[in-house]
Amino acid sequence: MTAWASFISSLMPHLMLAPIMLPLLTGALMLLLREERQRLKLGVNMASTLLGLIIAIALMQWTHKAGAPASMGVYLPGNWPAPFGIVLVLDRLSALMLVLTSGIALCSIVFAASRWHRAGVHYHPLFQFQLMGLAGAFLTADLFNLFVFFEIMLAASYGLVLHGSGRTRIQSGLHYIAINLAASSLFLIGASMLYGITGTLNMADLARSIPQVAEADRGLLHAAAGILATAFLIKAAVWPLNFWLVPAYSAATAPVGALFALMTKVGVYTLLRLWTLMFSSEAGASALFGSLWLIGAGMVTMAFAAIGMLGSQRLANLAGYAAILSSGTLLAAAGFGQNVLTAGLLYYLPSSTLAVSALFLLADLIDRWRNDGASLAPYETDGDAPFLNAQLMPTTGINLDEDEVALIGRVIPAAAAFLGLAFLTCTLVIAGLPPLSGFVGKFAMLTALLNPLGLGSSAGNQPGLPGWTLVALLIATGLMALIALTRAGIRHFWASHDRPTPQLRVAEGLPIAVLLAACVVLTVRADSVMRYMQATANVLHAPSTYVRAVMSARPVPGPVSSGAPADAAAVQGIAGGTP
Amino acid sequence: MEIVLAIAIGVLTGSGVWLLLRPRTFQVIMGLSLLSYAVNLFIFSMGRLGLAVDKEPVLIAGVPQDLQHYADPMPQALVLTAIVIGFAMTALFLVVLLASRGIAGTDHVDGDRAKDLQEMP
Repeated sequence: MTAWASFISSLMPHLMLAPIMLPLLTGALMLLLREERQRLKLGVNMASTLLGLIIAIALMQWTHKAGAPASMGVYLPGNWPAPFGIVLVLDRLSALMLVLTSGIALCSIVFAASRWHRAGVHYHPLFQFQLMGLAGAFLTADLFNLFVFFEIMLAASYGLVLHGSGRTRIQSGLHYIAINLAASSLFLIGASMLYGITGTLNMADLARSIPQVAEADRGLLHAAAGILATAFLIKAAVWPLNFWLVPAYSAATAPVGALFALMTKVGVYTLLRLWTLMFSSEAGASALFGSLWLIGAGMVTMAFAAIGMLGSQRLANLAGYAAILSSGTLLAAAGFGQNVLTAGLLYYLPSSTLAVSALFLLADLIDRWRNDGASLAPYETDGDAPFLNAQLMPTTGINLDEDEVALIGRVIPAAAAFLGLAFLTCTLVIAGLPPLSGFVGKFAMLTALLNPLGLGSSAGNQPGLPGWTLVALLIATGLMALIALTRAGIRHFWASHDRPTPQLRVAEGLPIAVLLAACVVLTVRADSVMRYMQATANVLHAPSTYVRAVMSARPVPGPVSSGAPADAAAVQGIAGGTP
Repeated sequence: MEIVLAIAIGVLTGSGVWLLLRPRTFQVIMGLSLLSYAVNLFIFSMGRLGLAVDKEPVLIAGVPQDLQHYADPMPQALVLTAIVIGFAMTALFLVVLLASRGIAGTDHVDGDRAKDLQEMP
C-alpha cells in the first residue's frame, strides 16, 4: 500500500491531467477507427474508462492522506503563475466527483455493451468526450476554462441524447439544446461581467478580490453572480428552469440517462464550488449573498420533483424526477452555508446519484420485460399511459383486485427476483429509508439542521424558518417518493401477471448490481466516508486554504533560467498548506 | 460611443429573446444567433477601465505599456473562443432542426401539426 502511495506521489502533480487527457486521447483515437469496428471501440472504451476509474481512485487517496487536513494538487498547464494562466486544482471535492463520474461511466458503458451502443453512430467517441468535459469541469479553477469544458461536455451530450434517433429523442433533444445554448449565453455574460468588475477569471483570485470591490460596483457584482448562477441553476435543473429535463432524460437511451443523472450534479458542484469561494463568510460585504435564493429555489424544486414523481407512470420519468429531487435537496442544503450540513449533503450526493443512475438502467430492463422484448412500449406509440387510461381506469393485463387471480404459491424466476430486489434497493435509497445510504445522508442533513453548531454545543439554538421548512420538506418529499416508487413497484412486479420470464443478460444486471452495491458500501463504511465528507466541507467553507494553495503555486523554471531540476519545482506546486 | 454600443447590444438581445420564444424552429435558431452576437459584443465591452475608445490594440514602441494606453487584450481572447464555440453550436442546432423538420413534417418546436395550425397562422 505504501509502495502504491509513493508511486502515485511520484506521478503527481502530472497525474492530475490524466482524467482530462485520457478520454481526449481515447476519443480521438476512436474517431480514426471505422464505424464497423464496434467491438474494438467498445473494448478500448471500457479499458479507458476502467483506467480512468483507477486513476480517479488513486487521486482520491492522494488528496485524503492521513495527517494532511488540506492537501491540494495545483497544476499549471501553461506554466504561468496563478492569476495569469489557467490552473487546475484537485481537492477532495473534485476527487470525489471524478470517482463518481468514472464509476457511473463504467457501469453505463458495460450496460450499453449488450445492445445500446449499436443504436447509432459514434457512440464511443462521444462518450469519451463527455467524460473529458465532465473531468475538466471538476478540475479547472478558471472561470473561462470552466465555460470551455462545459461546452465540450454539452456538445458531447447533444450527440448522446440524440443517440438512437427517433421522433421523441429529436423533439426533446431540440429543447435540450435550445435551453443549453441560452444558458451558455448567460454563462458568458456573467463571466465577462465578473472580469469587468474584478479584473480576473481565476476562481481563487476572484475569491480574494471580492471583498475589495468598490461599494458602487457591488450591485453590479451581485447582478453578475446572479446571471452566472442562473446558467448553473439551469444545469442543476432548478424549478422553473427544469421542464426540459424529464422529457430529454427519459427519451435518451438508458445508459445515456444513467450518465446524465450525473450532469445535473455538475451544476450543483459548480454552484457549491463558486458560491463557497466567492461568497463565503470571509467575503466581507457580500458574505453569503444569494443564500436565501439557493435555499428557496432548492426547496421549490424538491416540492416540484416530489409532485412530479407522484404524477409519473413511466419508470424513466420517475427516474428523471428523482434526479431533480436529488439536485433540489442538494441546493437547498448547500444554501445554508454550514459546514456540518454541507458534509451531510456531500454524503447524500453520491448515494442519490448512484441510485438514480441505477433506476434509469433498471427502467430500461423492466420496460423491455413488460413489452416482451421491444424497447418501445405500445403506449408510447399510441400516446396512451402505461397503467391508467384517460378515464383513469386501469389498462388491461393488470390484476389490482386480489380476487381475480391468486398469485400465491408461484415460483419467482431469478431474473424477476433480481429486478425486484434492485428496484426495492433503489426505492430505499431515493426515498431515504433505513438501512441504506439515502437514510444516512438525510439523517446527517436533518441532524445538522437541528443542531447547526454540532451536537451538544447548539443547545437553545433554534433553526430558523428556512431550517424548519427544509426539515419538513426532507421528510415529506421522502414520503412522496416512497409512495410513487412503491406504487410503480406494485404495478410492475405484483399486479402484472401472465408475463414471460424476463430475459436478463449478465452485462445488463452487473452494472445495476455494482451501482447499488456502491450504495451499500457507502452505508457500511459510513464512518470513514463521513469523515472524508466533513474534511471536504471544512475546506470548502474556509476558502483561504484554496486561495493560498492556488496563489502560491510556482511555475516550473525552464532549463535556461535555472539549473535546478524541474521536478523539485513541480513538487513545490503541490501546496500542502495547513490552516 | 458607450450609448451606441449599449443600444446595439440591447436591440440584439431584445430581438434575440423574442425570437427565441417563437414557436418555429427557424425563428429559434435566428434568436439564438442574435443572442450570441449580443453576448459577443457585450464581452468586448467588458474590458478593464471600460470601453477602449481610441486606444492602441497592439504594442507600439514609445507608448507606456499599461491599460491606460492599450485596449484590454483579455476580452478579445475570450470573445474569440466564444465566437468559435457559438458558431459550432449553432451549426449543430441547425442539424437537429432539420432532422426534427424531416421527421415531424412541421417546423413547430414541439413537432406537433395541430399546434402548427393553431399557433402559427
